[in-house]
Amino acid sequence: MNGLPPDMPANPLPFWPPAASAYAHALDRLVVSFSALIIALALPVFVLIFVFAIRYRRGRKVNRTAKERGDLWIEIGWSVIPFVLTLYFFVQASVLYAQQTRPPANALRIDVVGKQWMWKFQHPEGQGEIDDLHVPAGEPVMLNMASQDVIHSFYVPALRLKRDVVPGRYTRMWFIADQPGVYPIECSQFCGMNHPRMRGSLHVMSAADYGRWLQVSQVEQTLADQGAATYRKAGCSGCHDHGAVMRAPSLAGLAGQTVPLEGGQTVVADAQYLRDSILQPGREVVAGYPALMPSYQGSLDEGQVQTLVAYLQSLATKTPEVPR
Amino acid sequence: MTDAVAHTPEEAHKGKDTAEERVSYLRAGHSLASWLTTTDHKRIAILYLIAITGFFFIGGSAAALMRFELISPHGMLLSNEGYSRAFTMHGVIMVWFFLIPSIPNTFGNFLIPLMIGAKDLAFPRLNLLSWYIYIIGGCFTLYALVGGGVDTGWTFYTPLSSLFANGHVVALVTAVFVAGFSSILTGLNFIVTIHTLRAPGMKWSRLPIFVWSHYATSLILVLATPVLAITLVLLAAERLFGIGIFNPALGGDPILFQHLFWFYSHPAVYIMVLPAMGVVSELVCAAARKRIFGYAFVAGASMAIAGVGFLVWGHHMFVAGESALAATIFSFLSLVVAVPSAVKVYNWTATLYKGDILLDPPFLFAMGFIGLFTVGGLTGLMLAMLAIDVHVHDTYFVVAHFHYIMVGGTVSAFFGALHYWWPKITGRMYSLTWGRIDAALIFFGFNLTFFPQFILGYLGMPRRYHVYDPSLQVWHVMSSAGASILAVGYILPFIYLYAALRSAKPAGPNPWGATGLEWTTASPPPKHNFDHPVQVTHEAYDYENAPQPGEHR
Repeated sequence: MNGLPPDMPANPLPFWPPAASAYAHALDRLVVSFSALIIALALPVFVLIFVFAIRYRRGRKVNRTAKERGDLWIEIGWSVIPFVLTLYFFVQASVLYAQQTRPPANALRIDVVGKQWMWKFQHPEGQGEIDDLHVPAGEPVMLNMASQDVIHSFYVPALRLKRDVVPGRYTRMWFIADQPGVYPIECSQFCGMNHPRMRGSLHVMSAADYGRWLQVSQVEQTLADQGAATYRKAGCSGCHDHGAVMRAPSLAGLAGQTVPLEGGQTVVADAQYLRDSILQPGREVVAGYPALMPSYQGSLDEGQVQTLVAYLQSLATKTPEVPR
Repeated sequence: MTDAVAHTPEEAHKGKDTAEERVSYLRAGHSLASWLTTTDHKRIAILYLIAITGFFFIGGSAAALMRFELISPHGMLLSNEGYSRAFTMHGVIMVWFFLIPSIPNTFGNFLIPLMIGAKDLAFPRLNLLSWYIYIIGGCFTLYALVGGGVDTGWTFYTPLSSLFANGHVVALVTAVFVAGFSSILTGLNFIVTIHTLRAPGMKWSRLPIFVWSHYATSLILVLATPVLAITLVLLAAERLFGIGIFNPALGGDPILFQHLFWFYSHPAVYIMVLPAMGVVSELVCAAARKRIFGYAFVAGASMAIAGVGFLVWGHHMFVAGESALAATIFSFLSLVVAVPSAVKVYNWTATLYKGDILLDPPFLFAMGFIGLFTVGGLTGLMLAMLAIDVHVHDTYFVVAHFHYIMVGGTVSAFFGALHYWWPKITGRMYSLTWGRIDAALIFFGFNLTFFPQFILGYLGMPRRYHVYDPSLQVWHVMSSAGASILAVGYILPFIYLYAALRSAKPAGPNPWGATGLEWTTASPPPKHNFDHPVQVTHEAYDYENAPQPGEHR
């Protein structure tokens, strides 16, 4: 255990990783029970090959009269029975996986940017971290992840979870870590030269400790406030604000709404749509507006775009300003 | 069955030429040009054997470098970049320049015409062209290697490979692109040969399982390889001209590359393992001296694997943003494709029941294959389970799993084939004792190398890391120790097989007392394979009427 922080929970088993969540324990149970099945399927093969090789080896006097041909029922039996047994675990594993695709609505959202070769985290209250991520124990946490460059994969072995972080799209991952401690974060998708250095630590803290940490690391602006500043600095307000010279759609109350597009389609203005509209505005143009907006690709990085998205989402409850 | 040609005492003496050898394909021309312009499938098989052996040792050297590096948790020898280049070279060379051509282009090439009673493949000159294309591809690989290498991993994922990686990506992609055409030509040649050149009486239901396996493999080679070729052209165009198909900043999708890549590369796993299954089917029957249990099921399983194998590529993208529905479907289909593999394993085991079992080297390799392939296949089931894959994807668990299939499986079968057909190919028998020792070394060394990697993977060690937490070191040291035993196991056959060429006694046409047309002709076979017209009157594996194994094998 050399080199690990002192508050790392001692790992009693050198061949089994620590588990930081109920999900991790559920997955371990699935793995152990499924391993029992595959050992049950494999063991007869191993034992019989060995037994046959000894018992029927050439030169040994033993009864060798056997049926010449295969038997249909035997073939069906060893095709179907293992398959059906496996399906039971298939259902369990698929249900666990499906749970992981649906974060609860009340989850604490933390924005993550992967870039060569670091992890950047932005908390809703505005705290930013590099390679260290502090989260409260017992509460659902949802990571909204973007990549600045190549594909990375955010992996926390103690949670038994990973998700690729793909340029051009937001991917999500959520968890409830219930065991306070420090756990490794790794990049599991090869991302270039310093891939093995792209590691961090997940600090799971009790509610009280987490509250203290938020206090200590408090910053002046929340993530949405930082987004508002970016909004003005990047010149978004010049077109999108009420009374602006250029006529661009109002952004208040937009997040989460269904937006009609040029060409008759509609799209839900989720985080992905908001991001794409900033970086590739020509792709999905709102009906009734000319496609005038320039791309901010190159001038805003994924972290800044995440602040803008947080800002726009903070406006979700406002009533839209009707232009003109 | 042709009777063994009696040797005069002088001829039977060690190291002397036999009558068969003097008229064999090996003596049908002595100059280098006679080899480089040959259209004899047996000689082309030997050209392939030499070429892939060279690449096996280059790829193996890269692996040795990596295992040496991983003894220490902090790295000892290589920079981050050097390590990346080592595993990229290891992967590219082993997959495309060893495993894909390994059994089909050597043993398939040598044996398919012999097994079906033909004089050669349907297109002998195409066969030679295929070898030259492979060599040209190999030259591009060596150029990329000598020029400093590539650091993308063998999977060439975008946008790392298209926009970020340094090194000779285009040269290496060209190498794989070119080698693909060699695969396509070989696959085409096998399909046409099996359809059109079977001897009178060689019905489809009498084909050895080896031929069925190669037929299924050839279908994959012909249907899947073009997809890889297109994908690699797109990647090169992306890198050279920035066309944007995989670049999100230009509206492209990097995940599209993964779909295209795995649409070839998952079936490619079956290109590597189906011929191995064919080899093992022959070896198990010859070992047990019995007809294979459930012939129709074993033959049909090859075709089922080739078919369903095209529908499971999505299981490489469970954590890459695939929809939950798509992931569930791919997970289910991945379990379905395991069924025919399981059928084969159970049938091989049943074949041994009440056999008359020879424990000679080829059969020890075959039994090793069954055990290691079973471990690889069953851990593949774990990886097909969605939630389990989320944890172990891209870790050493995956590395261990596919090495159990490709090295424990395919390479064991390759060595089994080498030991089984060596006396047919060269006419000389090697030391059976050394062969048995080697089979045991490879089996033991392999397990010591790769079993600890399952544990490393579950502990959360990502692949392609050469620095790691010191608490994991014990497993890495075990793995590296195993790799050194494995290296000895792979080098040893060079010595005793070479020694057999120089001095050992002639093997005779059928040293194992095996069935199959290849054992009815002389060892080594004459230039046109058979001296007499071939007529097949029995089903495959008719061991009741087979000759007994030679006493002095």
